[in-house]
Amino acid sequence: MMTIYILWIRQLKRYVRSRARIIASLGQPLLFLLGLGFGMEPVFQKAGQGSYIQFLAPGIIGMTLLFTSVFSGMELIWDRQFGFLKETLVAPVPRLLIMIGRTLGGATVAIIQGVIVISICLIAGFRPATFTLLPLTFLFMVLISVMFTAMGTAIAARLSDFQGFQLIINLLVMPMFFLSGALFPLRNLPGPMTFITSINPLSFGVDGLRYTLTGITHFGLATDLTALIGLTAGLLVLGSYLFARIEL
Amino acid sequence: MIRVANLTKRYGPIAAVRDVSFEVKAGEIFAFLGPNGAGKTTTIKILTTLLKPTSGVVQVDGFDPTRNQAEVRKRFGIVFQDPSLDDQLTAYENMDLHGALYAVPKNLRKERTEQLLNLFQLWDRRTDLVKNFSGGMRRRLEIARCMLHTPKIIFLDEPTLGLDPQTRNQLWTHIRRLNEDEGITVFLTTHYMDEAERMANRIAIIDHGAIVAQGTLIELKEETGADSLEAAFLKLTGYSIREEETGQVERMRQMARMFRRR
Repeated sequence: MMTIYILWIRQLKRYVRSRARIIASLGQPLLFLLGLGFGMEPVFQKAGQGSYIQFLAPGIIGMTLLFTSVFSGMELIWDRQFGFLKETLVAPVPRLLIMIGRTLGGATVAIIQGVIVISICLIAGFRPATFTLLPLTFLFMVLISVMFTAMGTAIAARLSDFQGFQLIINLLVMPMFFLSGALFPLRNLPGPMTFITSINPLSFGVDGLRYTLTGITHFGLATDLTALIGLTAGLLVLGSYLFARIEL
Repeated sequence: MIRVANLTKRYGPIAAVRDVSFEVKAGEIFAFLGPNGAGKTTTIKILTTLLKPTSGVVQVDGFDPTRNQAEVRKRFGIVFQDPSLDDQLTAYENMDLHGALYAVPKNLRKERTEQLLNLFQLWDRRTDLVKNFSGGMRRRLEIARCMLHTPKIIFLDEPTLGLDPQTRNQLWTHIRRLNEDEGITVFLTTHYMDEAERMANRIAIIDHGAIVAQGTLIELKEETGADSLEAAFLKLTGYSIREEETGQVERMRQMARMFRRR
């Protein structure tokens, strides 16, 4: 328990201390929310889909969670490069606990960022349809964050330097974001797109967030929850497995 | 305290460590010397549970690092060749984190941290982030940290690399004191022969993965007919320069050289 706690609090301290990172990582959601949100609003309304900001906000929250979590998980590369990883790996504690502590820490950071972005969305004019489902919104945020932190850890466990980082962001994280239904409705898409969006983990996350915040859903709550819980568990197992196999 | 018998570690066809045997007694300062790429760090990694040996017997305080990882890990502290601090945390937080990982009770952790940071003259800087520390201060903090859980043995892998003579001198004074006051066993590697000469009770020299000599300073000098450890070291390991990161061709050449020597 101590191990998990101390590594969790470490991630939080590092987060709070890097103000540049907090601000930088809020820039992207802000740009999408305000730029894209207000830019597309008239077109979206004309197409008879209602308010675009209403539609987009849950997607932007999902995006924030995705990027922050993957990034947190991949902080492992930094720890390896700057040596701190060794300190934890020779300690007399099971690697599973180290992995759990790190993942919870990374996920917590992502959730904090998510909450900040929700506040920004509210300021920008987003209005949740109901507040009674907020606990469920939070549950989705937790699942998304844990899932992607574990994914980041799993990837970083196999990378030994920074070079792979950009590659992962461009070839995995960006496509996951664009093809998740964060920016557009998943209805009536061309076949291949429908296929990709329905195997994208973030799709279920965004859909769940959108349902609990605005009442609109594509897959349905039960599917969203089942898929996310399954994927989160799977990625946790994979992440722990790969983390346990790290050699220095 | 440490017993190594016929230890071998292979990476494919290349043996990083070949049939190495030595013993380190409790309370002793043991210097493990060798040119770059000789197998020092590989040996330390095996002793500290980070690598599994291909064959051979290894015991640290009576426990096998492969089978009893947790027991072995509780018993040693290590200062790695390259830094292993979290530089976004303060000196105190680095100590505290270490104490928590090693399950040192909270009160004892506080007490030991204060005592050790004072010993290494870092107490006044305890609330500073490590990223603002100099190389020497970081090293001192790492040594203080590895002592926090009262290990029986500490491994110091080139702890003085890149430090100025003043800092090196001071570090060794501290380490000597830890050895004398707390009776801690010290296993060290260094490229500075004067340091080994001054500190070590016994010395082993490893080259191309095999031990080429071991004994006290006097024994090594007698064996080689040299008047200093440096001269003895060069006599035993030759004068050619070793490249740590060897390419395929150079590795073949080194292997060929190894075979010719046998």
